[in-house]
Amino acid sequence: MTVISVEGLKTHFLTRAGVVRAVDGVSFSLDRGEVMGLVGESGSGKSVTGFSIIGLVDAPGKIVDGSIFFHGDDLSKLSARQMQALRGSRIAMIFQDPMMTLNPVLRIDTQMIEAIRAHEKVSRKEAWTRARDGLAQVGIPSPEQRLRAYPHQLSGGMRQRVAIAIAFLNNPDLLIADEPTTALDVTIQAQIVHVAQKLCRERGTALIWITHDLAVVAGLADRIAVMYAGRIVEAGDTDDVIDHPRHPYTVGLLGSVPSANQRGQRLTQIPGMTPNMLALPEGCAFRDRCTHSDNQCSKAPQVSTDERGHAIRCFHPQYVKTPA
Amino acid sequence: MTAFIIRRLLQAVLVVFLMSGIVFFGVNVIGDPVDMLISPDADQDEIARTIEALGLDRPIGEQYLYFLKGVATGDFGKSFIFGEPALKLILQHMPATVELALLSLLMAIVFGIPLGLYAGLYPDRKVSKGIVAGSILGFSLPTFWVGLMMIMLFAVILGWLPSTGRGDTAVFLGIESSLWTRDGLSHLFLPALNLALTNISLVIRLTRAGVREAMHQDYIKFARAKGLPESRVISVHLMKNILIPIVTVLGLEFGGLLAFSVVTESIFAWPGMGKLLIDSLLQLDRPVVVAYLMIIVLFFVVINLVVDILYSILDPRVRLRDQGA
Ligand SMILES: Nc1ncnc2c1ncn2[C@@H]1O[C@H](COP(=O)(O)OP(=O)(O)OP(=O)(O)O)[C@@H](O)[C@H]1O
Ligand code: SF4
Ligand SMILES: [Mg+2]
Repeated sequence: MTVISVEGLKTHFLTRAGVVRAVDGVSFSLDRGEVMGLVGESGSGKSVTGFSIIGLVDAPGKIVDGSIFFHGDDLSKLSARQMQALRGSRIAMIFQDPMMTLNPVLRIDTQMIEAIRAHEKVSRKEAWTRARDGLAQVGIPSPEQRLRAYPHQLSGGMRQRVAIAIAFLNNPDLLIADEPTTALDVTIQAQIVHVAQKLCRERGTALIWITHDLAVVAGLADRIAVMYAGRIVEAGDTDDVIDHPRHPYTVGLLGSVPSANQRGQRLTQIPGMTPNMLALPEGCAFRDRCTHSDNQCSKAPQVSTDERGHAIRCFHPQYVKTPA
Repeated sequence: MTAFIIRRLLQAVLVVFLMSGIVFFGVNVIGDPVDMLISPDADQDEIARTIEALGLDRPIGEQYLYFLKGVATGDFGKSFIFGEPALKLILQHMPATVELALLSLLMAIVFGIPLGLYAGLYPDRKVSKGIVAGSILGFSLPTFWVGLMMIMLFAVILGWLPSTGRGDTAVFLGIESSLWTRDGLSHLFLPALNLALTNISLVIRLTRAGVREAMHQDYIKFARAKGLPESRVISVHLMKNILIPIVTVLGLEFGGLLAFSVVTESIFAWPGMGKLLIDSLLQLDRPVVVAYLMIIVLFFVVINLVVDILYSILDPRVRLRDQGA
């Protein structure tokens, strides 16, 4: 059953300096309980994709084309009110820096109870009980006590657990996790991944896990989509993408991971600068960093998909096998 | 926290003590009050008698010690001019200044926060740009000039409001104030607005800057991602964060409103402490000047203390600590 289906999404920022095509024709879909890893360098448009789905693109950003279907409903047809009702209840999102996502001046209980009562008419008492159970489910010891705490009284890992607990309070069908482990220690990262994965499995929540770190999603995601300069340049089953990367950019990303299965390993940069989104090269956006580029690449490559559903956007697919 | 408060109060006593010394000797340097007090054609005997009566024949150090002894028993000396206890004079003038300061503080909040909020939430609208421009004017135009213009416009040309003086007072909850009567309020409005102008501008800018910064914070995004209504995102998640600096600054400004309402009180002939200070300074009425400044310093210390306590209530990350002297 398809939970979310994004088709040809384009989200642009109309800035004074020019149009930033942050998301420029992105398509993917997720079934119930499916986990997709969305990888790419900084600025490639991962977060903007997430915000587009949840309907929180900051001005001057705007969805200029494409559609997002949630359980078959076109989200662009919903009123602001209906969209708000969906947010935090059917579609949840968590962010990178757990230090900053929780409001520093509100207690944990306030921030949890309001999340329940924004969507359901329940008593404070009942909401409180659910909040407490929610904290217990993400492995927070003595949840009653933690409910009375302010965010600064918790460690970074604990705060991210709280954020996850909040995201799951209303049993969402889709969770967008925007680099939730980037700001954490390696050991804590693994715990957070584990908690989110467990809850998604138990509840059949579809999960979009946004990250720089291919190694993290290698063990977590069913599928991987690699983004570059606002487009998905390669997508497929996790094993296919990790073991047989076709796009030169993905090959570069993987080549810079010493061992693809080593969790927590940050990617080193591949050669060249991250692209200037206001001055992308004509044709393939990766052209000026690609060692395989030729004249053909001055036209934009279309998506080609093999029989296994492994899709790439490149004129010169690579056939390499990454070291196990 | 109790240790913190006690230490701060002890520091306050020390500061007030130093202050009293500086002012006491300072006023003496400015001039001899005797020249102001005694008519030029008084004879030698009369002059000597007056000087002795005021205790001015003693060495200045001795006069100071005598003064301190009095202060310890709550006696700040008698005004040279009015012959009344200085403290009593000041206390008589205090309600007028306090009500003026309170109303302007209220105006700073009631006008400043909504305007700043609007300008911060919709920075690109014309109205917002007008608000910002207005706040720059409010900062840069001299208070006395704006005061005169306000009198011209509202009192002289339009005739809506009285131009000077304090109106009728009434007693409510045991407090006598012109805040409780129509006439009193109509007299209070212009001077309070005049005094409030810089603070309204200040609050507008603080609020606007706070809103613009906070709107991009992740906790606002997260609050929206939770599906909270925008009204709650702004009134709870945003306001609770930006109120912290606003309360702090306003608290500190309140001391300034009390102490430096001098200009406004002079223009509007407002019978408050500021006016009393100016008159006393001009006549070298040392006991009143010294007592006034001591009381103002005490005000500042107490206000700072209250602000610190409020701050720790508003911001859970702050715990009052005894940081040593
Ligand atoms: N408010 C904005 N105004 C203008 N441009 C923006 C804005 N927000 C994002 N962009 C642009 O959109 C592009 C994509 O940004 P996005 O935040 O989605 O990147 P990302 O892949 O999430 O990167 P990161 O890994 O650093 O989070 C960037 O080039 C950025 O410059
Ligand atoms: S299309 Fe050409 S430039 Fe782009 S990635 Fe493929 S080979 Fe490189
Ligand atoms: Mg991002």
